[in-house]
Amino acid sequence: MSLTSLTAKELGIKIKEKEISVKEAVNDTLDAIEKKEGKVNSFVTVADRDALLKKAEKVQKKIGEGTLDGPLAGVPIAIKDNICTKGLLTTCSSKILEGFVPTYTAEAVKNLEDAGAIVIGKTNMDEFAMGSTTETSAYGATKNPWNLGHVPGGSSGGSCSGVAAEECICALGSDTGGSIRQPSAFCGVTGIKPTYGTVSRYGLIAYGSSLDQIGPVAKDVTDCALILETISSYDKKDSTSMKREDLDFTSALKDDVKGMKIGIPKDYFGEGLDREVSEAVKGAAKVLEEKGAVLEEFDLGLVEYAIPAYYVIACAEASSNLARFDGVKYGYRAKQYEGLHNMYKKSRSEGFGTEVKRRIMLGSFVLSSGYYDAYYLKALRTKALIKREFDKAFSKYDVILGPAAPSTAPKLGSSLDDPMKMYLGDIYTVSVNLAGLPGISLPCGMDGEGLPIGLQLIGDCFKEKDIIQAAYTYECTREYRHSPLSDVYQG
Amino acid sequence: MSKEYETVIGLEVHVELATKTKIFCSCSTAFGGAINAHTCPVCTGMPGSLPVLNKQVVEYAMAVGLATNCEITRYCKFDRKNYFYPDNPQNYQISQLYLPICRNGGIEIETEKGGKKTVGIHEIHMEEDAGKLVHDEDGDVSVVDFNRSGVPLIEIVSEPDMRSPEEVIAYLDKLRLMIQYLGASDCKLQEGSMRADVNLSVREAGAKEFGTRTEMKNLNSFRAIARAIENETNRQIDLIESGEKVIQETRRWDDSKAYSYAMRSKEDAQDYRYFPDPDLVPVSISDEWIESVRAKQPELPTEKLARYQSEYGLPEYDAQILTGTKKFADIFEAATEICKKPKKVSNWLMVETIRLLKENAMDAEDIRFSPGNLAKLIDLTDNGTVNSTVAKEVFEAVFKEDIDPEKYVEEKGLKTVHDAGALRETVETVMKNNPKSVEDYKNGKEKAIGFLVGQTMKAMKGKANPEMVNEILKKLLSK
Repeated sequence: MSLTSLTAKELGIKIKEKEISVKEAVNDTLDAIEKKEGKVNSFVTVADRDALLKKAEKVQKKIGEGTLDGPLAGVPIAIKDNICTKGLLTTCSSKILEGFVPTYTAEAVKNLEDAGAIVIGKTNMDEFAMGSTTETSAYGATKNPWNLGHVPGGSSGGSCSGVAAEECICALGSDTGGSIRQPSAFCGVTGIKPTYGTVSRYGLIAYGSSLDQIGPVAKDVTDCALILETISSYDKKDSTSMKREDLDFTSALKDDVKGMKIGIPKDYFGEGLDREVSEAVKGAAKVLEEKGAVLEEFDLGLVEYAIPAYYVIACAEASSNLARFDGVKYGYRAKQYEGLHNMYKKSRSEGFGTEVKRRIMLGSFVLSSGYYDAYYLKALRTKALIKREFDKAFSKYDVILGPAAPSTAPKLGSSLDDPMKMYLGDIYTVSVNLAGLPGISLPCGMDGEGLPIGLQLIGDCFKEKDIIQAAYTYECTREYRHSPLSDVYQG
Repeated sequence: MSKEYETVIGLEVHVELATKTKIFCSCSTAFGGAINAHTCPVCTGMPGSLPVLNKQVVEYAMAVGLATNCEITRYCKFDRKNYFYPDNPQNYQISQLYLPICRNGGIEIETEKGGKKTVGIHEIHMEEDAGKLVHDEDGDVSVVDFNRSGVPLIEIVSEPDMRSPEEVIAYLDKLRLMIQYLGASDCKLQEGSMRADVNLSVREAGAKEFGTRTEMKNLNSFRAIARAIENETNRQIDLIESGEKVIQETRRWDDSKAYSYAMRSKEDAQDYRYFPDPDLVPVSISDEWIESVRAKQPELPTEKLARYQSEYGLPEYDAQILTGTKKFADIFEAATEICKKPKKVSNWLMVETIRLLKENAMDAEDIRFSPGNLAKLIDLTDNGTVNSTVAKEVFEAVFKEDIDPEKYVEEKGLKTVHDAGALRETVETVMKNNPKSVEDYKNGKEKAIGFLVGQTMKAMKGKANPEMVNEILKKLLSK
């Protein structure tokens, strides 16, 4: 059995008790990656072993001195490739950021490193987080550890497949419209998208700035709470960062939902939802009911407007956010060009992939004069109305329960030809980003093909603890299922 | 020219604010410095970096807005202006389009006919400056210097209320002085800390509709602005007279050739795809904040002008010159505070200081001497320690090196000689050496005494008390 089959909490304890050294943890993780990477392709970059072992030594020393005594001290962690890591290649899985090595580390990663966690490598993703399958990466598609013929979901596909394949114990992802929750569901792992403003975006390469949040991916709710507690902080460098006093998320790890009011939006169980997913999610609701929660179905409203509003806003912001990738300052520049404008055109045409170009064009269009009011402003108004629908719901319920995605992981190569269909797959996740809410996705069963099904719990703003407690309570009723790529595969 | 035409002018004035750090990061705004010395991930547009608003920028913008009678927008936002150019690291400029911080103001100017009129201010918005391209003369390489990238600017957009170059200069002068007094900027046109773009159209006198306007850029001095306005007015009138149309376009002024050429027409105008910057939160401005900025507003030129006349009893002419330059007003007030002789301080500034500035081709801003040393010199002159001729010499040293006049006079031995005995000796020698003049005086040519005084002063190396010399001479000559 590899150490990567442990949870972060378990490994942290073994390191603290000197049962395992930090070096062993690092070596074991790197070995697991070497062994499995050829099959899953979870990583764009794996850090250099010698450099990591030096880091491990330093952390070990601090643990020995007692200056590092947090639960993540010595625990290796993978980071999505759109989060800046000083000295470590950061590409957003795009050719246009070829060779880009950041001069600074993202605040969330800095928080992890301050707690003694060790950044093991950078995980594969849909290019610039645009996609739901991790197939748009310039560095090849990532595979689903449960079935290598299927996608891991996306865009944080590499983070989720890495954890499911047990190449790494835990990872950071980012979520703009479901990019943590959907691949977590597809890979049978747990992921949290926190309330907007909880984790600093400083160093997260923006896709849709008003929607992006960094969050944890791990085997269980406990690890997610632990990591989220570590990466959350008020950061003066991010104007949208919030000052919060309630970041002790692990205090919500309680096996108790007695009296908790859980709302189930009828709109989330309508047409387009796989029967098996529907049954598994309803089954999970039943389990919570048996544990003492009070369930009630309700009409959420405006659900059908979430996807158009989301794509208009995210693409508008992306069209501007991605303007800086122009071949002038860093990353890819076309080899042959004539003059400045031709250099821009060729570098960007050659450097960006199809899906990214599609979204830049869409975003540029909706911001153009004459269309701004009809599309962008209307989308912003829709966003505000959707938030109001959630406010209404949270005046009655503590938690909203539903599926994380309408289906289990699709086959590789089956999504990109029909982008509209792929976009519609985000139906249950995007409104959470539009409303700035926290959401968690955790495994709640398997379909007939042996692919995991994800349960999504949504909380009100700043109520991560509610969803963590409900998720933890549910999780206590079942065993973690290791994927076939794990060394402890249970069949 | 058979018809009468009226010129209609509006200005867009960019002012670089005097903050120590940039608008969205903590890099220095210091001028000069090695290429990219004052940069960080934010002002070089590194992936993942985020802007954080410098509060001082908002306060300066509010201060200018209050001084120009604007309404302050209580809930203002920043927008992104999207366009590609290498000096713009994110390929968007953070500016304000939809909700600028100040709106609907105006300032009163004096027209050339001696009347008064108000030039409306449409809005004032905050934005960031761009970097600078440095072109390698030998190779085919250009380097981008981001030291200026993110330096805070405000853009003051006037209404099309001006009708002549004189009004434009009066408006700019007033605006510049006001902003200098507020300490919000040094407003140097030559160095680019104040830049004005001129929007101009002409129409037949009495017409109600505006003509088609052009925008003139690259105006680096008041002189260039006045020349460009005249040139553009004539160009547009010529077009209209010859039956052609004025095209709405941006033109660039070449002052050395006194000529402008078209840069881009409205058809080529870019779509900047403005939208609210999601990385910045809206700025909420409370009554308390406005009041605290208002409370910190210094006395502005118009108020000073009145006070200098009433409090110090200065003639209006003096008061105008002194308040017409912030540096003068500052020195005047500080020196007067020490020596309590306002008229004398005023005279030193208006005569000797202006003379030396002209001689050395300097601006008032370049003055380095301390008001304390001027005050000391005035006291030394007043109590007779030095005479007025020596005082001028001492002042030159004060002006150039800010020396302490007391020490300087001591060290150089410039004190006026009041010793009657010594003076008498010298006078006697002078009389002996100039019998012709003595003769002339005695023959009723009274003017001859002036020459003898001059010779005595010369012999005393200027240090004699001239009144005493006069007295002694008269006494000896009448013998």
